[in-house]
Amino acid sequence: MNNKSVYDSPNVTDKIEKHILTILVDNEPGVLARVVGMFSGRGYNIESLNVAEVSMNEHLSRVTIVTEGNKEIINQIRSQLMRIVPVHTVMDLTEQGDSVEAEVALIKIDASDENKKEVFRICDIYRARKIENENNTLIFEIAGTSERIDSFIKDISKINKIDIVRSGPVALSSKIEEEE
Amino acid sequence: MSNKKESSKKLKGSEIVLKALQDQGVDVVFGYPGGAVLPIYDTFFGQNSIRHVLVRQEAGAIHAAEGYARSSGKVGVVLVTSGPGATNVVTGLTDALMDSIPIICLTGQVPSHLIGSDAFQECDTTGITRPCTKHNYLVKDVNKLSEVIHEAFEIAKNGRPGPVVIDIPKDIQFAEGSYSSPDPSKIKPHRLYSNKNKIDESKIDQIINEIISSKKPIFYIGGGCINSGKKASELVREFVDLTGFPVTMTLMGLGVIPAGNTQSLGMLGMHGMYEANMAMYDCDLMINLGARFDDRVTGRLDSFSPNSKKIHIDIDKSSINKNVDVDIPIVGDVGNIVEQILKIWKEKKYKKNKEDISNWWKKIEEWKKIDCLNYQQSDEIIKPQFAIERLYELTKNQDTIITTEVGQHQMWAAQFYKFEKPNKWLTSGGLGTMGYGFPAAIGAQVANPNSLVIDIAGESSILMNIQELSTAVQSRLPVKIFILNNEYMGMVRQWQELLHNGRYSESYMDSLPDFVELAKSFNAVGLRASKPNELDDVIKEMINTNKTVIADIVVDKEENCFPMIQSGSAHNEMVLNKDQKQDKKSAEKGRVLV
Repeated sequence: MNNKSVYDSPNVTDKIEKHILTILVDNEPGVLARVVGMFSGRGYNIESLNVAEVSMNEHLSRVTIVTEGNKEIINQIRSQLMRIVPVHTVMDLTEQGDSVEAEVALIKIDASDENKKEVFRICDIYRARKIENENNTLIFEIAGTSERIDSFIKDISKINKIDIVRSGPVALSSKIEEEE
Repeated sequence: MSNKKESSKKLKGSEIVLKALQDQGVDVVFGYPGGAVLPIYDTFFGQNSIRHVLVRQEAGAIHAAEGYARSSGKVGVVLVTSGPGATNVVTGLTDALMDSIPIICLTGQVPSHLIGSDAFQECDTTGITRPCTKHNYLVKDVNKLSEVIHEAFEIAKNGRPGPVVIDIPKDIQFAEGSYSSPDPSKIKPHRLYSNKNKIDESKIDQIINEIISSKKPIFYIGGGCINSGKKASELVREFVDLTGFPVTMTLMGLGVIPAGNTQSLGMLGMHGMYEANMAMYDCDLMINLGARFDDRVTGRLDSFSPNSKKIHIDIDKSSINKNVDVDIPIVGDVGNIVEQILKIWKEKKYKKNKEDISNWWKKIEEWKKIDCLNYQQSDEIIKPQFAIERLYELTKNQDTIITTEVGQHQMWAAQFYKFEKPNKWLTSGGLGTMGYGFPAAIGAQVANPNSLVIDIAGESSILMNIQELSTAVQSRLPVKIFILNNEYMGMVRQWQELLHNGRYSESYMDSLPDFVELAKSFNAVGLRASKPNELDDVIKEMINTNKTVIADIVVDKEENCFPMIQSGSAHNEMVLNKDQKQDKKSAEKGRVLV
């Protein structure tokens, strides 16, 4: 059980893990606030959040949330999400396995004539794509797993100070969807 | 809109509201007018199909709707204006959410084009009420208004019931649009609870096997059995009868099993019965029907019923394994599931050998001998427990509905008033809202004009919504207010005595009104009893007066509510009187808890 009661919980033994939840919702006003409000109101953590419409005809949006907790907390989060009226399905892709995830990041770096070569070398390794190059200010786009982006950022930031924006991961089950 | 042909005639938004409520079978609305709902009030003018009960503050309207809903099993409807009208119902919405009461709350909103401009009496109603409702809407298109209202009713009463807010801007109330009749089949199933009511037989066999093999079983019954409908209570009674097992009920579940039933151990939890809590601690099989392991019930979790297998039937999946891990969880409507269990039990001709549990019953009888509700009677001063015992004796032979406020009087009412049926006991359990009981009684009286409706109150709680006296008198509702007056916020004082060395910080009330004169000034009837020998006459006069009555019962100021599981303690560490001290370690831990 989780430790949400006013009383001490006897045995929180499961280890805390990162989980990617994907939530299919009716795209209607306030739906994101309902999802996010459930997390903040009940003291759960959102590490990253991504939302966009996926079906214009049916007005459906997919919300991808990265959160962390032990098994009980994740189960409770899923059950609480299912109570929200516009929520269709909640899937825990981490638990389910068999899913692919991807994240996009944009990285800005000032390169000098000396280190430009090194910047391009690293970008080549990670297949980061140059999308702007003005007066030695370079912007690269990289897509892939969060770990790969982490590693790219680690390497490239050794060269010079960088600015980053990351989308947070989106993920999709490679299995056929089943109703919760 | 699919029904355009069906109702070619256009209606104004305010007319759509009225028609939708009529089509939903609404017969009463509790409300308070204001600028942003004037068009709806104008439509209500001069019609007789829906009664409007005018309250004195919006908090009164929503608690009245709660009382109406709980005593009738129907959806309670509230109509208030924008801004302060909407913010005043927030407490009641939260209360209804916590105790799973179906409510529709219609709020006015400033005209659409002014939303976001900080207009007069504007507030972000859907934003404010989002976490305290089951769902809410801001209606931006008059053609969607009827569908929204019909869907809201289904959401409010389906699955685990709860409050739904519909915010309607004033221009939408004036605009013309088409109306569509209620059609639940049009609602997408995911927006209601997709009840997985059918459980597989192997799970039922598993439950029955646990029942057959148990030696020390107990039923733990909650408010879900009442929400599941009258038939559910009957099925649960049959289930209980079939097994011969002892039963304990939560504060919300009182009445599902008649208090007089020999298998009933009464209420469990913080101020529950000693035998009920000891049995919960010692049992080997716990069958939870529609209860949610609330912290008032479980006490300290690490020693909550340590040696039992736990079966939990609940309609809300999030209630399962939230506080307590269970062995056999079932998500579904409790009445429905119990019906399936009974069917298979009978088909396969199962039988529970009552001998198996005879030792368990002997142990329970030993615990009962402790006589945990025992108190010292007095000839000089009215003991609050005595007042409720007398109230019960003098009202038990008629159809009586009891509501309460929150505090010591609430717990004494739960302990000493014996409920034989469901829907007769209306109390704020989850949120613990002082000021709930009197407006709830008003709502219950509206729903049950021939019942005797009594609000058992404390002098502090009653002052939180005392303005509703005016409502009761105007609406000719003969509600009775039975005040246990000890001039203290009794439960606060008790905790200060037990946990803060008797430092009674701000829990004493000076300058209380003379409740008899107060009643008179509202054109109600005021009565007072100060001595035990006056009590019966006052109660009889109260019952026999066909008007709103305040009975001011002057009781012992420093009486404590026992038995008690103090915060931080477990079920088997109940204290029976104030000379028994909680062990030091638990007390230190308990002090920081609520």
